[in-house]
Amino acid sequence: MKTKKILALALAAVCVLGMLAGCGKQETGTVSTDGSTSMEKVIGSLKETFEAENKGITVTYNPTGSGTGITAVAEGRCDIGLSSRDLKEEETAKGLEGTVIAYDGIAIIVNPENTVDDLTIEDIAKIYTGEIKNWKEVGGKDAEIVCIGREAGSGTRDGFESITDTKDQCKLKQELTSTGDVITTVAGNPSAIGYASLASVKDSVKALKVGGVAPSEATIKDGSYKVQRNFVLVTKKDTKLSDAAQKFFDYMTSSEASEIIRKAGAVPVK
Amino acid sequence: MMKKKRLFENIIHGIFLILGLITVGFVLLITVYLIISGIPAIREIGVFKFLFGKVWASTAAEPSYGILPFILTSVYGTAGAIMIGVPIGFMTAVYLAKLAPKKIKTVMESAVSLLAGIPSVVYGLVGMIVLVPAVRKLFHLPDGASLFAAIMVLAVMILPSIIKVSITALEAVPKEYEDASLALGATPVETYFRVSVPAAKSGIAAAVVLGVGRAIGEAMAVMMVAGNVANMPSLFGSVRFLTTAVASEMSYSSGLQQQALFSIALVLFLFIMLINAALNFFLKRDKEDSK
Repeated sequence: MKTKKILALALAAVCVLGMLAGCGKQETGTVSTDGSTSMEKVIGSLKETFEAENKGITVTYNPTGSGTGITAVAEGRCDIGLSSRDLKEEETAKGLEGTVIAYDGIAIIVNPENTVDDLTIEDIAKIYTGEIKNWKEVGGKDAEIVCIGREAGSGTRDGFESITDTKDQCKLKQELTSTGDVITTVAGNPSAIGYASLASVKDSVKALKVGGVAPSEATIKDGSYKVQRNFVLVTKKDTKLSDAAQKFFDYMTSSEASEIIRKAGAVPVK
Repeated sequence: MMKKKRLFENIIHGIFLILGLITVGFVLLITVYLIISGIPAIREIGVFKFLFGKVWASTAAEPSYGILPFILTSVYGTAGAIMIGVPIGFMTAVYLAKLAPKKIKTVMESAVSLLAGIPSVVYGLVGMIVLVPAVRKLFHLPDGASLFAAIMVLAVMILPSIIKVSITALEAVPKEYEDASLALGATPVETYFRVSVPAAKSGIAAAVVLGVGRAIGEAMAVMMVAGNVANMPSLFGSVRFLTTAVASEMSYSSGLQQQALFSIALVLFLFIMLINAALNFFLKRDKEDSK
């Protein structure tokens, strides 16, 4: 009996010591992020590596949409807001500050058999709203255009529609639930057009030039490729972030994070 | 000693009862959850607007939640699959149960079982890569993803359940009936269609109902070939089924949109309950017939 008691005490002591040791080295806390669904992959990968390096800190991500994320920061309901569009004037006037961490390029893809390789944003918008119905109207073969899109709520769809200004007006032939499905479908139909995150585009489809500019990391970075948007971290100008949140913020904006952002399919700023 | 044995028996009984109740518990849990989470959106949108609205635009600036396109698509799609699948499945079942030589029967029956075991995502994949382009070329359409492609996939998917249940029903027909018919001078084929099939009709009806259940509840395969645009159904147009309506939007949805998806699931659930009730009815009649 006695030995058991001593053993238990010793174990408890070891446990407490272990905890103390843990506290001494690392910070603990939670960082809450809220916002853009498009940034899910980028934030997800950043969160994973960050949490692995900083054991005591938990990062939460609430995919609600850019607008909701920005409001959440303004109201102090989360530490860092995530937005896949730049802040509007009235939002910066509320004391919010945006830090661009990455650019998201959306490739406009067609079947490799398609002879068209350059479209303007206006053409693309007209194709998706049904104003241009045949490829011959934009210099291709005589074939009806088949518009492939993503499901409602998808970040890529949201990005595409806000850049081309075709929100709620797209007349789609197919609504698919993943980038891979869009690519497979476009690869299998000579008269299809679709959109997908640039990083996932494969050789089975042809990425169109937009306004004469081919999509690539360089053209996205210098802004000459137009079908792109910014991934923005939103914070309050006058309120200091908690230590844990500041650490995560610094990590996301560091050059160390670039490789992870690139792997997640976006183009890092640094 | 006896007492101990009885106690042991009772304990085992108790354990089995609990295991059985787990299933019942899950059914109740799902039903209650679906009803609780499905009702609010219907109430907010309005039953009539929800069930008979023709426009589904859940993320538009002014959202509209009408699921008539989904309901009709599910009904048409299932009906189409039954129209193609039942004759094929039924004839196969008659052949396998009555006419086929033993060797062919073994091979074909294992092929049918294999067909039943193929995961639906594989049906979808084959449909997406082979069937959809084929439909496009065959009918000179701009795009092959359509209600027609979905019907074809569903027709193949329901074959195994139709064949298997029909075979069981046909094999359960007492041999005396057939012998009597043959003795009266009817040919074998006459006997099978005039005597065996009518005697097994409840079982065959159950097979059809089972096929309907499978077709209306299928999501994955259909999602990959139907195009998923919330149009009113047309044979060669892109359509969205009740199942795919829930599946395709669930991952990003929030608020009323998400509640409306639960309501769609509730409607689907009611459809399936109806089908199950029909199935029970046929099976019960089958039992009474054979008494």
